[in-house]
Amino acid sequence: MTKIDTSRPQTVLPTPSHTVGPFYGHALPFPGGGDIAPLGHPDAITLQGYVYDGEGAPLPDAFLELWGADPEGELAQADGSMRRDPASGGFLGRNGVEFTGWGRVQTDADGHWSARTLRPGARGRNAPYVSVCVFARGLLVHLFTRIYLPGDEAALAADPLLRQVDPARRDTLIATRDRSGAYRFDIRLQGEGETVFLEFQ
Amino acid sequence: MTLTQADIDREIAAEHAAYEKRRADGAPVEHQPRRDYAPYRSSVLRHPKQPPVTIDVSKDPELVELASPAFGERDVTEIDNDLTRQHHGEPIGERITVSGRVLDRDGRPVRGQLVEIWQANSAGRYAHRREQHDAPLDPNFTGVGRTLTDDSGFYRFTTVQPGPYPWRQHLNAWRPAHIHFSLFGTAFTQRLVTQMYFPSDPLFPYDPIIQSVTDDAARQRLVATYDHSLSVPEFSMGYHWDIVLDGPRATWIEEGR
Repeated sequence: MTKIDTSRPQTVLPTPSHTVGPFYGHALPFPGGGDIAPLGHPDAITLQGYVYDGEGAPLPDAFLELWGADPEGELAQADGSMRRDPASGGFLGRNGVEFTGWGRVQTDADGHWSARTLRPGARGRNAPYVSVCVFARGLLVHLFTRIYLPGDEAALAADPLLRQVDPARRDTLIATRDRSGAYRFDIRLQGEGETVFLEFQ
Repeated sequence: MTLTQADIDREIAAEHAAYEKRRADGAPVEHQPRRDYAPYRSSVLRHPKQPPVTIDVSKDPELVELASPAFGERDVTEIDNDLTRQHHGEPIGERITVSGRVLDRDGRPVRGQLVEIWQANSAGRYAHRREQHDAPLDPNFTGVGRTLTDDSGFYRFTTVQPGPYPWRQHLNAWRPAHIHFSLFGTAFTQRLVTQMYFPSDPLFPYDPIIQSVTDDAARQRLVATYDHSLSVPEFSMGYHWDIVLDGPRATWIEEGR
């Protein structure tokens, strides 16, 4: 069953997803995972927030992956997000120059996460956004959502996804800017204020 | 009242029967677990109650999610795919070789992409500080590996057979031996984290995590096959496990490949 016969489409069926469980912390997170923006880049932004469960309790055992375009709306093709040191087997971290567009950040004991990336540019008819994939203990299949940035109301009003979403839930997809200039984006997995999650077909 | 295995067994059977009824009533095959699968208790407060908003990727080639982050030789070291060589000494346990292909829904190989694995040691203990199971840690085993798929989509790891372990969700709860896999495709929509199991594990019927995949054929796709041709003489037992990534990809980019 686990040698896939690729000669007929009926036999190429998807491998089911499973939860990441509680013990991914020594395997998946890596140093500088959230330092996606090249050092000193003028278009760097800070994203931060909390991940909450259906009772409003923060999740200390979740992680997010962020994937976004550069300020010109181009998608990065550079590798090197988790550059390794062949001598020690450890991590060198990003080189501070190239933008890979991708990062991985885990929530801390308070359920808080943060990342620095570049302000994404628009692609096609879409308002600028950062794609987010959420993983956690207890989550049998990861969840996709998007972080849109506030400010350009015309672009947000024209965005195909935001137009499709129930207006009462639309704001769960749009970050808010706090006094420090960072963008706050909380993720509520369930219940009041539940984040809009996406399915791609 | 203490939650027992018999309680969980009843819930697993009820979920399975409910799926069979949906199928009999004409519902489609469910290749993925439902996020609200309650026999796995950690799901109860961590699944959305609102249906997801569907995005038809064929309507918009500009979607960020239709591209994937890139990984390369800088992101892995040469021995990352050999979990038995990461310390000064040899880990304890039965050495195994696990190999297979990463494919998309059209059966095409996913080339040059990152595969990450993590697992318990041969005694069933993770090298993770929060792990409280009192099986011994192995100073020569961390249980973390990475590799890039080759031009045919193949990955290959050398490791030790992980042990089963208790996990306290209910009285006498045991996880069947498994290796966690994290995979990227050619589109971010194809992202997958899952677990690979070993053939004929007697714990399968009791485990609400593998049973969260209620379709029998889909569940079987999580179980590797013993493959004598992958066994290395005088060294390791071989297991074959192909992985098919779900999720749409950008077909117009791939034409002619």
